[in-house]
Amino acid sequence: MRAISYAKLDTLFAKIAETHGVYLPVEGKKGTDYKRWEQGDVYSTALNSNRSPKDIFFPQSENLMDFKVEGKSIEIVDTRSESEDFVIFGVRACDVKSIEVLDRVFLKEPADSYYENRRSHAVIMSMACTKPAETCFCKTFGIDPAEPMGDIACWVDGEVLYMNANTEKGEALLEKLEGITEEASADAADTAKALITERMAKLPLAALKADAFGAGKTQKYFDHPAWAELSEACLGCGTCTYVCPTCQCYDIKDFNTGHGVKRFRCWDSCMYSDFTQMSAGQPRLTQLERFRQRFMHKLVYYPENNDGMFSCVGCGRCLAKCPIKMNIAKVMKTIGKENDND
Amino acid sequence: MQKINREALIEKAAALLDAGTVDRVLAWKRGEFDYDVTPGLFTTREQMEAELVFGDFCGANMSKYLIKETLKGEGKVLVFLKPCDTYSFNQLLTEHRFDREKVYAVGIPCEGMLSVTAIKAAAGDGISKIDVTEEGVVVETLFDGTKVFGHDEMLAERCRNCKSKRHVAYDELMGEEGEVLDSARFDEVAKIEAMSSEERFAFWQGELSRCIRCNACRDVCPACTCEKCVFGNPDSGIENKAITDSFEEKMFHIIRAFHVAGRCTDCGECSRVCPQQIPLHLLNRKFIKDANNLWGDYQAGEEVGSRAPLVDFDFDDMEPGEAVIKNGGEQ
Repeated sequence: MRAISYAKLDTLFAKIAETHGVYLPVEGKKGTDYKRWEQGDVYSTALNSNRSPKDIFFPQSENLMDFKVEGKSIEIVDTRSESEDFVIFGVRACDVKSIEVLDRVFLKEPADSYYENRRSHAVIMSMACTKPAETCFCKTFGIDPAEPMGDIACWVDGEVLYMNANTEKGEALLEKLEGITEEASADAADTAKALITERMAKLPLAALKADAFGAGKTQKYFDHPAWAELSEACLGCGTCTYVCPTCQCYDIKDFNTGHGVKRFRCWDSCMYSDFTQMSAGQPRLTQLERFRQRFMHKLVYYPENNDGMFSCVGCGRCLAKCPIKMNIAKVMKTIGKENDND
Repeated sequence: MQKINREALIEKAAALLDAGTVDRVLAWKRGEFDYDVTPGLFTTREQMEAELVFGDFCGANMSKYLIKETLKGEGKVLVFLKPCDTYSFNQLLTEHRFDREKVYAVGIPCEGMLSVTAIKAAAGDGISKIDVTEEGVVVETLFDGTKVFGHDEMLAERCRNCKSKRHVAYDELMGEEGEVLDSARFDEVAKIEAMSSEERFAFWQGELSRCIRCNACRDVCPACTCEKCVFGNPDSGIENKAITDSFEEKMFHIIRAFHVAGRCTDCGECSRVCPQQIPLHLLNRKFIKDANNLWGDYQAGEEVGSRAPLVDFDFDDMEPGEAVIKNGGEQ
């Protein structure tokens, strides 16, 4: 394990910036968001960023290619230009896990080369939590905020930042930083780990379990009568999907520029009435069906296709942001209820 | 602190259900925490006793739900309306968006709703309980003890600048009727008007560039009641799901503000639900302020059937050129 004084974070970022782009959460006028580090930017210790680090790997909209039309010929232009190695610093344990959820979708053959390109250039420096919020429930999905994954895990204890490599990529970066960091014992961050573990136990959602969900539960829950009541007030907006670090649906469109075509993709939301619109129409005609799709996908369909892994990481963003305050925790408690007695 | 409590609402609703006046009740449902209240339907006293809440986090305006709700069944639905909700109620009636005969409206007093965002910003993460007492807003936290904040500082902006405590529509009123207030709601607009055009552009650029196009503002807005919004309709030719440049993000919100101009009652739901805390209501207030300035004071929703300045005409209306000058523009 390596250590550096917390007061020297700028030195750390400057050193990394010599060879990598650096992205980190920075406090803005209205909450925290990830941005590219520049001298003077201060790392924000906020628990949740407004937008998750998903945006860095899977931006809300992105140009995929251009078609240039000249006479009767069409030239296809690859518009990708990103080739920079970069570090994302301060990613919370839940958000690190969310990247694993995205990996399973985008890196599965045939891999999404746009996502893969950014993913392969990234080094993730995660950050253990110190003070969780009442909306946190990462433990429900087997995530330990005291031991975040990522290429390098970080802990803050008082005035010191501890760093431990989890992967070869992480080791390589820590080696480069040896000039400005010091060796620390393997148990140096144990006090910080113990504090967060103790605090997690006090959370109101600490007892929420996902056991009732997972692969093979489609028949059991699809026609559950509670979907009607759970979805009755849903506005059909896309807030939950867009603040979610694991939602990965997108739409691809062509934009006619007048002398060619730009093909782009942008996030889409299963809550929208035109989601997966086909020539025969939208397969889910009511908000109940759209609402059910989102939660069944997170809790049943995704695990079914991904060795039991859930596609919710318990970050709590949707709990905080939903305009009508309906969310996955309420859905799990209601739909999974009868299973308590199984 | 609210002057009316959940028990009073339950008694009123249960009596109306028993009498057969209504067969369902639109009100607020308890959530996981003290602040996460969900709009919901109730049909029995037991259900209401288990789940109905009324308190300082019941900001959700129920009026728009009546469009969907009145299409179901033959019976009447009971809706509880805070004073500002009654303006949306009337505006929806003006626009023939629901059948008045299918609704039983009970006006309830409101002392202003609290902003969860403001409380979270002040108290930090790990809120376990929020009480509103004579002392103020008492917030118990999981890790930092109990904190007390001034009630007015924790009020939602729209409530700090409440325009009216008077109900403009109801079948029955609970508690005392209030007055239309002389609010300072246009002060913030005046501040933005006083900016140079560069400052103003930078202000809105800073705010609107955070938009994630979740459409929550549109979907909650009681004035946005198109069955299919052009921006969500693949057949419209202008559907867009994401911001692809800085022009589009502004266009969406400005077009929306134009679309609801004269019909927006200034209920403030757009800003309440915005996950990015964009003060969208300021765009609407600018239109209200301008319309008041040009054609005399007009409050959307004050009366059913009133004609908004932008859809009305008389020979005394000023010419567009005069209007520009009156608003500080140049000829």
